[in-house]
Amino acid sequence: MNAPTYNFAYLNEQTKRMIRRAILKAVAVPGYQVPFASREMPMPYGWGTGGVQVTAAILTPDDTLKVIDQGADDTTNAVSIRKFFVKTSGVATTEKTEDATIIQTRHRIPETPLTEDQILVFQVPIPEPLRFLEPRETETRVMHALEEYGVMQVKLYEDIAQYGQIATTYAYPAKVADRYVFDPSPIPKFDNPKLNDCPALQLFGAGREKRIYAVPPYTKVVSLDFEDHPFEIQTWDRPCAICGSRKSFLDEILTDDAGGQMFVCSDTDFCARQQNQSA
Amino acid sequence: MYVAVKGGEQAIDAAHRLLAEERRGDTSVPGLTLEQIAEQLTLAVDRVMTEGSLYDREWAALAVKQSRGDLIEAIFLIRAARTTLARFGYTEPMNTKAMRVKRRVSAAFKDIPGGQILGPTFDYTHRLLDFGLTRDEKPEAAATAPADLEQTMPRVLEMLANEGLIEQPSAAAREPDDLTQDPLDFPAGRDLRLQNLARGDEGFLLSLAYSTQRGYGRTHPFAGEIRLGLVEVSFTPEELGFPIVIGEIMVTECEMINQFHGSNEVPPQFTRGYGLGFGQCERKAMSMALVDRSLRAGELGEERIAPAQDEEFVLSHSDNVQATGFVEHLKLPHYVDFQSELVMLRQMRADIEAKTRKAAE
Repeated sequence: MNAPTYNFAYLNEQTKRMIRRAILKAVAVPGYQVPFASREMPMPYGWGTGGVQVTAAILTPDDTLKVIDQGADDTTNAVSIRKFFVKTSGVATTEKTEDATIIQTRHRIPETPLTEDQILVFQVPIPEPLRFLEPRETETRVMHALEEYGVMQVKLYEDIAQYGQIATTYAYPAKVADRYVFDPSPIPKFDNPKLNDCPALQLFGAGREKRIYAVPPYTKVVSLDFEDHPFEIQTWDRPCAICGSRKSFLDEILTDDAGGQMFVCSDTDFCARQQNQSA
Repeated sequence: MYVAVKGGEQAIDAAHRLLAEERRGDTSVPGLTLEQIAEQLTLAVDRVMTEGSLYDREWAALAVKQSRGDLIEAIFLIRAARTTLARFGYTEPMNTKAMRVKRRVSAAFKDIPGGQILGPTFDYTHRLLDFGLTRDEKPEAAATAPADLEQTMPRVLEMLANEGLIEQPSAAAREPDDLTQDPLDFPAGRDLRLQNLARGDEGFLLSLAYSTQRGYGRTHPFAGEIRLGLVEVSFTPEELGFPIVIGEIMVTECEMINQFHGSNEVPPQFTRGYGLGFGQCERKAMSMALVDRSLRAGELGEERIAPAQDEEFVLSHSDNVQATGFVEHLKLPHYVDFQSELVMLRQMRADIEAKTRKAAE
């Protein structure tokens, strides 16, 4: 029994072609969820198989890949995915946001602004923004076709009525190019403004749910809100305890079991850069 | 000063080395060979082939070994390996009527042409632990059935169909869709539904099938025929232009007879449910047949009220590789999302506190 030899970036070329077609369609219709024949990958569904397939389909030997999870390069799943691509494609990898041509991410958009030469690949668990309001795919598809998003506005309104504010803090729904409401994946709403008018191509892959969608470069992305309850992002009343940044998303670290806590940048590459600059 | 947590990579490597060590267990005990697994844990290998959608006993045995006997993990390994294989095309439709039967029973008739052939079965065994198995003893040679197993056995349901008592098996005029090449779309045809159920988790299908028997979408089933045996697989290479036999595979097939139906055009007749899987997998094939029939509720004009009749519900949640991945992904870090919730919850509580204080003043 011989171990099989793998193609560049694992997927065979027919599969890559199929995925590239889906990506092209997704770019042509911003925010629209394109069904694609997702394959079983050697990592579990829900652990980034959609993002991995998108990355595998667009990866070239000249690319430099960065993989982050929760903003950090050193989190276990990011390490695992980066190793997978090193093993199956041999491409160069980096932790520096500006050196990467492709960045695969779970739950964050890097703090460092992206450029036209970069592609950001999101791992998506549930691509359908209406899913928790309407569990049926057959229904939600029709709702998108008819641009029937009232139910989402009602949900946001009910939040305000109940909590005095919109209670969605991540995977915050937004409208792409004045047409499709989409789920930006479970990034904190803090990152939603970065989606708008972004110079980089943003691709979203949902493996288990078999959907790919895209926000092309310089596309308008508007987070849903109301005139009297405008969209707002999270703020912290203190800076990062390591680099002192006041403009990044902060993770809370519990330092003891007596209520001790500190706040540090979730984007580890950004945090290291800030430290170097201030040093 | 606090330094951000590092060392994920080394930790993963160490964890995986530990896994390899635990998998091997006590090294003074001989290691399992793939032959032992394929020969003696046959039904585990069969299940991994069926739900892994790949007929390869050796690879399935390897997957069982690698997964330490966790069959869903083994199925996952096979599915991932399958992704890397080149596709040559589709085989000709398999003719299970021409099966070389190893076991074949019908619960609808006492005797059937070809006979009831029990074959290797747990049925009617007393479930008493057999301590004889603690020693490696050779079993007594078994007497084989007097029936002629080389002859083709007629199908029980075909005999009913000849009399018009049961619907003809549905056959689409088009090529069947392929779940592994195209994303599942709703409403799905019966071809796609059956593919999905064949790959579906045995436990999930078993419970759904059971629920139909307990009244959640009753279908009044009879096990019309269950057969296990070898079936030839034929393939037409493009350059040849005619089919050639490329091998034989062991399959289990179940044809259920279900409650009758009639209309203004058609007099009452029984309906069908169908199940098929690799190797010996009767529980799975029977469950599949029951769920297949339940999912035909819409087509047969039955009211759809039970979970087992709900196509989107059943097909979207039957795949254990998908299910286990998504459930277990909760182990992945969610620091950022949780932090977002914390920030909001604290702010909400602060708002309420401020309001209460104001009211008290």
